[in-house]
Formats: sequence, structure tokens, C-alpha cells
Amino acid sequence: MTLALEFDFEVVTRFLFNSQIWHGARVTLQVAVLAQIIGVALGGGFALLRISRNPFAKVFSGFYVWFFRGTPALLQLFILYFGIPQLFNDQTLTNELTKYRAAIIAFGINEGAYMTEIVRAGILSVEAGQMDAAKSLGMTQMQAMRRVILPQALRVVVPPTGNEFIAMLKNTSIASAIGLVELLQASRLIYAVNFKIMELLVVAAIWYLAFVTIFSVLQAELERALAIGERERPETLFSRVIAIMGGRRGI
Amino acid sequence: MPSFGAVIARRERILRGGGDKRMHRVPATCADRTPYNNPTMNPQPMLRCIDVHKRYGKLEVLRGITMNVERGEVVVVIGPSGSGKSTLLRCINHLERLDSGHIYVDGELVGYRQRDGRLIEDSEPEIARKRAAIGMVFQRFNLFPHLTALGNVIEAPMRVKKTPRREAEERGRGLLARVGLSEKVDEYPSRLSGGQQQRVAIARALAMQPKLMLFDEPTSALDPELVGEVLDVIKSLAADGMTMIVVTHEMGFAREVARRAVFMDSGFIVEEGSPADLMSAPQHERTRLFLSRIL
Ligand SMILES: Nc1ncnc2c1ncn2[C@@H]1O[C@H](COP(=O)(O)OP(=O)(O)O)[C@@H](O)[C@H]1O
Ligand SMILES: [Mg+2]
Repeated sequence: MTLALEFDFEVVTRFLFNSQIWHGARVTLQVAVLAQIIGVALGGGFALLRISRNPFAKVFSGFYVWFFRGTPALLQLFILYFGIPQLFNDQTLTNELTKYRAAIIAFGINEGAYMTEIVRAGILSVEAGQMDAAKSLGMTQMQAMRRVILPQALRVVVPPTGNEFIAMLKNTSIASAIGLVELLQASRLIYAVNFKIMELLVVAAIWYLAFVTIFSVLQAELERALAIGERERPETLFSRVIAIMGGRRGI
Repeated sequence: MPSFGAVIARRERILRGGGDKRMHRVPATCADRTPYNNPTMNPQPMLRCIDVHKRYGKLEVLRGITMNVERGEVVVVIGPSGSGKSTLLRCINHLERLDSGHIYVDGELVGYRQRDGRLIEDSEPEIARKRAAIGMVFQRFNLFPHLTALGNVIEAPMRVKKTPRREAEERGRGLLARVGLSEKVDEYPSRLSGGQQQRVAIARALAMQPKLMLFDEPTSALDPELVGEVLDVIKSLAADGMTMIVVTHEMGFAREVARRAVFMDSGFIVEEGSPADLMSAPQHERTRLFLSRIL
């Protein structure tokens, strides 16, 4: 019995920069980044509602988190892309709600539910004494939030946000279920024709890994920048390079 | 400012109960030094608390506090842990709501306005405006860790008073120099000692040019050798005629700067008097017991 390994590296290198793959990779990246932006905005807003004194705001925010964390992202995507147009039966809405837009909105709203919890935890992690001090200086709640609480909360918020973003970047592949041609779907369309299944899956994996690596590096830089004023600031790739080139530690 | 060693030596002398004749004169002179704090020019007390009650759930923490603080006066508040000292200070700048009673600072009702004989809580900007005139220094400093010493000092003048940055920085540097921290202007709080952090906190409060300063055990979180530098700063404020309420158990300091000490227990003011009298001849058993424990 012979074990023949049918794997053609040449196919991998050829398809790595194939225009269809590249287009899919761009769609994945765009959906993930735009959804993350929506998620952060929603998360910030709903977190403030959640910790406000207004009981209606609290319940509203709680319901949002409960629903969007409690149902699969794929279900939410189906509701938005198939369910809502049926509900309203409106031609312009159906035309305007492209697969691409539906994916961004659905992932953004879903991400917002997780971000709400992350931002809320970040705000609660800041000592109560900080708010007291800010108020005692005559700042309003809003001023104290913007200038004192949120900058400190941000440090706590960034690491889990990075995790969430990376998870979502990969989960955008489920948008192939509504026919969006993102990275994974693009490679599937190609191997459906040439049957180089393993090679094209490797191509997709390389792109996912490349994106995640780049964002991990950026996240580390952001964490270092936000650790300003801390006794111990985390070392990052760039801070080490600069330290070596400048012949000194840290920036 | 007297040297570090001299201060320590003096504190020890005071703590031993040894005679330091100078200190009894200090409060009398400092109150009269600045004209705007001269009681004869403005007879209204700086602070009036009238029958203040505060409860947390079932626990009644303040049970009818009535006290006045005159302009330029330094009042020391002592009392066992849990007696409501911090709560009283927090009520004075409306970090806590009152359950009943009135607090006036410089003639203005704090946190509330009166309408048809009833009290209505002020709007948030109005509360903030009144708080801006009352400085507060906390036991645990509560400096903003993401801002430098100067950043901490200029933040409120810039955001609240809309002072231009250049002017705020110039005044901020002056205040940091005043508390002996010219060298530390650009340091972050995490790189300062406890005593230095507390002095930055005092400069930060002073930057809003408060009429009244509240100190909540400003030296209790400090190593013993750092207590003196913070007390020195507070003493210099007293000498400039700042009206202050200081919660502290530093009785030597109390005798030196305060004309009046107030002893609180379980939400009441049990007794008050000059610090020296209170210490040498307490009228109430509870005061005696408490003093015997801290002295
Ligand atoms: N936010 C709060 N909620 C409930 N109880 C509190 C709160 N703050 C203080 N207390 C209680 O009120 C009492 C007085 O506290 P405090 O004013 O801090 O005393 P002191 O400063 O004299 O030690 C204590 O029994 C304390 O546990
Ligand atoms: Mg206290």
C-alpha cells in the first residue's frame, strides 16, 4: 500500500493572490471592521444606558444584550436578510439591503451586545473614588465620564474587544449562508471547479492568519499606548525595535 | 515651609504633650490675616449645617448634625471609624443626598433649591457649579492615574472653568510649586510617593479656587514618615486663611492649626471645643474612651 500525498504547493502560491480570493479577503476584512465600529458605538451607548439610573433605559439595554447574545448570529443574519424584507414587503428595502450590507449590520448589532457587556465591565472596573474626585472638582457626570472614567475604562476594554474582533473576523464566514462571497466562500467557489480542495482551504487559512496576526500586533501597540501612567507598560514589537535602535529601554 | 526634621521633632513634642506655646497663637492670627475672610466684613458663616440626617437603608449614619464653620476657621473632626465623618463631608459637597436638613455653603443651599417651602434637588449642572467651590481631599488621594501631576491639576480648570490651557498650566505649576512639587510636574501618579500624591491632590483641589476645603483623613493612608509633608501643606493653607474641615486623628496637628475640634460618634456630634480642652478635659465618657485609644 502506498500513501500518496496529493498536495500541490504551487496551487497555493498561485491562488494566494488570485483576484477572486483577494476580493473575498477584502469583503471579510471590510465586514469585520465596519461591524466592529458599529459594535463599539452600540456597545458604548447601551453600556451607558445599562449603568444609568433610568429603569427604562436599563431594561431596554438588558433586553438588547439578552436577545442578541442569546440567539445565534446566523439566525440574526437570516432575520435581517430574509425575515425583515418579507415583513415589510418593500421593493426598495429589498434592493437596498444587499448581502454585504446585511452582513455588516447583523454582525454589528450582534457585536454590540458583547461590547455592551465589555464596556460596562470596563466602566465598573474604575474605582468609585475617581467619579467622586471628578465630581468634587465640579465636573458634571458627562464630563467626568469622558475625561476621567472612559479613558481608564478603555485600558480594561481593549483586550476583550480584541478577542471579540478576532472571533468575529472568523465568524463572518457564516455570511456565506446568505451567499455573500467572503474569503471562505471565494475559496469554495474555486475548488468547486478545480477540485483542489485542500490547497484552497490552506489559502483561506493563510489569509485569516495574516489578518489576525496584524490585528494582534496593532492591539498590543494600542494596549501599550493606553498603559500611559502605569508603572509597568507592556513591551511590544515596536517598542522593542525602537529600544534596540535607540539603545535604550522603552519609548 | 519648616524643614522635615523640625516638623517631626515638633510633632513628637506635641504628641508627648510637651509645651509648645507658639501653637496656641497660630489659629488666632491666621484667621485674621486675609481681609476677605475677616468675619466682621462678612458675618455669614462659610458653612452652616442644620439638623442634617442621612441614612443608608435602615442604617442612620447622620442623626441631626448641626454645626457652623466661620470664614477662615479650621475645624477638626475626630471620632471612631463608622461614626459618619466621611458621610458628613460627602453630604457637604452633595456627593450624597440628604434625607433631611439643610447645608449652606457661603449662604447658598448645596444640592437643593427651595420652592414653596419644599426642597427640590438641583439640576446636575447647578450641583456641579456649587461643588466647584468646595474642594475635597480624599483618604486614598483619588488622583487621575492617566494624567500627569500637572494634568491632574489643570483638568478641572480647563473643563469646568474653561480656563485657557496656557493660563491653567501656569497657575498649575504655581500650585505644584506651592506644595513643594516643582520637580514632579510631568510625573504620573504611579511614580509618586503617597505623600507626593496627596500633595498633588491638594493642588488639584486648590486649582478650582475653593471657598471651603474638606479633608477626609488626608494622612491615614500614608507611611508615618510622609505624614508631616502633607500636614505642612495643610498648615500653610490655614495660615493663608483657608476655611477648612479636616477629619484627622493627628491630634498634635489639630492643636496647632484648629481653633475647634468636633467629636462625632454614631452620627451625633457628641462634643466640641478647642482641641487642647477636648484632649485634656473631655466632658463625655465616649470622648474620653476614644481619646485614650488614639493618643
Ligand atoms: N455607600 C454606603 N452604603 C451603605 N452604607 C454606607 C455607605 N457609606 C458609608 N456607609 C456606612 O455608614 C457608616 C458611616 O460611614 P463613614 O461616614 O464612612 O464613617 P467614618 O468616616 O466616620 O469612618 C458606616 O457604618 C458605613 O458602613
Ligand atoms: Mg471615613
